[in-house]
Amino acid sequence: MLELYDTALTSRLLLGSARYPSPAVLTAAVRAARAQVVTVSLRRESAGERAGQGFWSLVRELGVRVLPNTAGCHSVKEAVTTAHMAREVFATPWIKLEVIGEDDTLQPDVFGLTEAARILCAEGFQVFPYTTEDLVVAERLLEAGCRVLMPWGAPIGSGRGLNNLYGLRALRAHFPGVPLIIDAGLGVPSHAAQALELGFDAVLINTAVAQAKDPVQMAAAFAQAVEAGAAACAAGPIEARDLASPSTPVIGTAFRG
Amino acid sequence: MRIQVNGCWREVPSAALAAALGDLGYGDAVVTTAVNGEFVASEARARTLLAEGDRLEVLAPMQGG
Repeated sequence: MLELYDTALTSRLLLGSARYPSPAVLTAAVRAARAQVVTVSLRRESAGERAGQGFWSLVRELGVRVLPNTAGCHSVKEAVTTAHMAREVFATPWIKLEVIGEDDTLQPDVFGLTEAARILCAEGFQVFPYTTEDLVVAERLLEAGCRVLMPWGAPIGSGRGLNNLYGLRALRAHFPGVPLIIDAGLGVPSHAAQALELGFDAVLINTAVAQAKDPVQMAAAFAQAVEAGAAACAAGPIEARDLASPSTPVIGTAFRG
Repeated sequence: MRIQVNGCWREVPSAALAAALGDLGYGDAVVTTAVNGEFVASEARARTLLAEGDRLEVLAPMQGG
């Protein structure tokens, strides 16, 4: 069971809602992923097209919990204002806080992130900060009031998997009781399984599912990988070693001695 | 009165934000608003007065990662 801000969830796979070939595929992918949390965003609404109205109806029909983001925000002010707007529209205190610091890697501006997190936590938001694996930044985010952290695996949409294994393992070891969700950069289900095997609590996937040739099949594959990874972590994996260790008992081996 | 709506200049007859949203065709749409970068909650729209040159953002739910 995963607990995020006192909300109990059985699924450890959070799904993004962007870049699917159609709304129908998005719906089918959410079902195939067995996702209980779906990320959403806010964009300028045209009075003529009203694209947002249709999308919002679709999301409500999914019956999932929504996690609004502040994607595209490059400053504390933009992120805080966007969070206020998201809370009104989506009627949730949850906010996936993104303050982007650099456009090539879309990596978080961790200084702005901690400042925005402090403001929003004080206002009663339940903040899910999109951060790096930096331990000191993580500490500052927790001091600001965050009770969940979302470290990146790799740059958003890159599909590279867990780029800094050492850093992520250190983060996991340093904060054993804090829910940690790998957000961004995962490309294939084995990346998700690896994250769960390392003890991360959940993963958030978007591009890897939405842009797959068959997003629905890929969503199902990620769901299986996440379940396998979580089960493996609970089962206690062996330590890797450099040299062989015979699995067949050597006592009583024929033709020896 | 001319204001910027989502980055485009528009003429709106009403000064009150709530009425201006109606003028602009948003009617009963689920939207959230900011004026000059400051969030304006829906309950404050009726008493929020727009001025010439104001920048109005009208946002709605959208796909996101």
